[in-house]
Order: sequence, then C-alpha cells, then structure tokens
Amino acid sequence: MGLEEHLPNGILLTSVEKLVNWTRKSSLWPATFGLACCAIEMMTTGAPRYDLARFGMEVFRASPRQADLMIVAGRVSQKMAPVLRQIYDQMPEPRWVLSMGVCASSGGMFNNYAVVQGVDHVVPVDMYLPGCPPRPEMLMDAILKIHAKIMDEPLGPKRAKQLAESGYHTELVPSSVRYAKKK
Amino acid sequence: MGLLDPLKGFGVTFSTMFKKVVTESYPEVKKVPAPRYHGRHQLNRHPDGLEKCVGCELCAWACPADAIYVEGGDNTEAERYSPGERYGRDYQINYLRCIGCGLCIEACPTRALTMISEYELADDDRQKLIYTKEDLLAPLLPGMEAPPHPMRLGQTEQDYYVKGPDLAREAGQRFTNGPQTNGSQEVQR
Repeated sequence: MGLEEHLPNGILLTSVEKLVNWTRKSSLWPATFGLACCAIEMMTTGAPRYDLARFGMEVFRASPRQADLMIVAGRVSQKMAPVLRQIYDQMPEPRWVLSMGVCASSGGMFNNYAVVQGVDHVVPVDMYLPGCPPRPEMLMDAILKIHAKIMDEPLGPKRAKQLAESGYHTELVPSSVRYAKKK
Repeated sequence: MGLLDPLKGFGVTFSTMFKKVVTESYPEVKKVPAPRYHGRHQLNRHPDGLEKCVGCELCAWACPADAIYVEGGDNTEAERYSPGERYGRDYQINYLRCIGCGLCIEACPTRALTMISEYELADDDRQKLIYTKEDLLAPLLPGMEAPPHPMRLGQTEQDYYVKGPDLAREAGQRFTNGPQTNGSQEVQR
C-alpha cells in the first residue's frame, strides 16, 4: 500500500493495525439484504429489545456504498443472485458478508432449481449462521464473532503473508463465554 | 395542530426515560430459551453410558431438509455401543441444512435424539458446521462409562427400556436440558 510495507514490523505498526481494526469493528454498518423470514429476525435485532446500537451498528444502510457488512437474510433465488452480487460489488472495501439462516448458507430445505444452494456460490462469506430463522441472540453471536475476526485482520499484504504463513486462525468462542461477566 | 402538541411529543420522550429498560444484555448474560426450545441436537445415553441410538435412520427419513446422515452398524459381544443388535456407527447432522423443526425427534423410536437449548452455532467454516457423532453425543454423567462395553443393566435390551429410568433415578442421574451441566451442578427442577 505505502510506507507500512517497507517499515519493519514493530510495536507501532501492530498498534496501528489494532487501532484500525478496532475502529472498523466498532462501527460496522450493515447493508439491508432481507430476502425472507430471516429479515424479520434481523429487524428485531435492530429494535430496542436486542438493540444492535450497543455494538455501534444500528443503522441499516439501504445504500450499499455506505455499508461494510452485508447480512444476507433469507433464501437467494437464482433471479436475485446477480442483484446480490451487484450490491456486494458496490460496497466499499473492506467488507464482510454474513450468511444468515440455513437458506442463505446452503439452500436449507429448498433444495430445488429456483434457489441458490448457498450464497457462497455468489459472494465470499465470512460467517455462516445456521437456524431457521436464527433467533436474534444467534445473529448477535454471529456479528460478535465477525468482530473477533475483524480484530485479527492484517493491515496490508505483508502482514497478511505473515499471518498466512503462521497458519493463524481466529478462535471463534461463543459470545456468551467471551463476554461473560467477570465474577 | 395545537400549540401544545410539540410539548406533548417531548413529554413522551421524557417519560420514556423513567420506563423500565427492555433491552436484553445478551453477550454478557446468556439468554436461556424456553424449556422446549429447538436448539442443537443431542444423542442421549442409557444410564450406564451405552448409546440409545440404534441406527434405524428414521430421523434421516423424517428430515425435510435432508440434513441427517446415519449409518448403522452391528453390535458384537466384544464391541457393544448400544443394547440390542444395532447402533449408529456414523451420525452426522448438517447444521447448514437443519431447520430445527424437530421432526427427527418425533421420529426417534428410542428417544435417542433430543434437542438442547444451545444456540450459539455460528462459524466461518462449513465443515465445522457438520456435527459428527462426537459433537452430538451427550456428555458422560457420573455412573456412566464410555462405550464400547457390555450391557450392565440387564440381559437384553428390553431391560434397558423397561428398567432404565428407575435405575438412572437410583444412581442419582438427572436428565438436564444442556450440555454444560455435569454431576456437580445439576439443574434443580
């Protein structure tokens, strides 16, 4: 990218990486991509009872250029697939995709010619969330797991190479364990 | 439109400040779902640790999403996993397909398959979301022994189905609705 590619990896650059990742995860803006019944649960998650605003992501952007997380909620039909891809392409980098519910993840019980058998045929998926539909807690759990993944995102190709060589993989702990109140 | 309407509007805002907060504090406090919540599955055991699953594949047949794969195997005297003739040698549930309808639980003739209240399943790896027998089997309660081992509670499988619950009660085993409970922290009913 620039200067950080030539500098040695020290405390400064890893701290910058952490800071950048922290800012990215602290205000994820989801693009609305409600396609079916999962969207109802997604809307509930944004409502006061579950309150996504606690994680800095209460604004569901209808405009993909202002969003960086796509929550694909519901079954993707063959006709919707190019639309989905276009919305994904319009989102600015860095961007993440959450496949919410079994229909988006694998086609679910709709194993037929009309439904795409998993949204990962169309776009790269960062998090699969099973459930039909997943309850709002499950969606929050998936979002918090995406947060954990974002925190380990490398800054620039050099760090990415390092991470790939070390074979590092983000540990996905259930959110109720990770954020459990200290006793 | 009256003159006092804006004041009325802000009155709603103001009075909301004194209302009880409805927001759940989910990641800090885990929400316990209703007792019959359809969470992930569990393969249960008999009171001595033998598996209840007999590998009949009725769950796989009942599944509307084709999420379950079962492969039965024959018990031998030397290697016994369940009372009776057959056991489930391979058992897989694909949680990317499972819609949690519970038809498999209704279909199960031995009550081997039930659902527990665990719901935090999200993962970034498709392979990990296909749960195998090791992931699904219930944890060993005190007094249980990991199979394979011979039948401890009777001569035939009939004894297990008839006397099993009483024997479990005598051994002090309680059947709980969660994977994390062990003998020391039993759920009081």
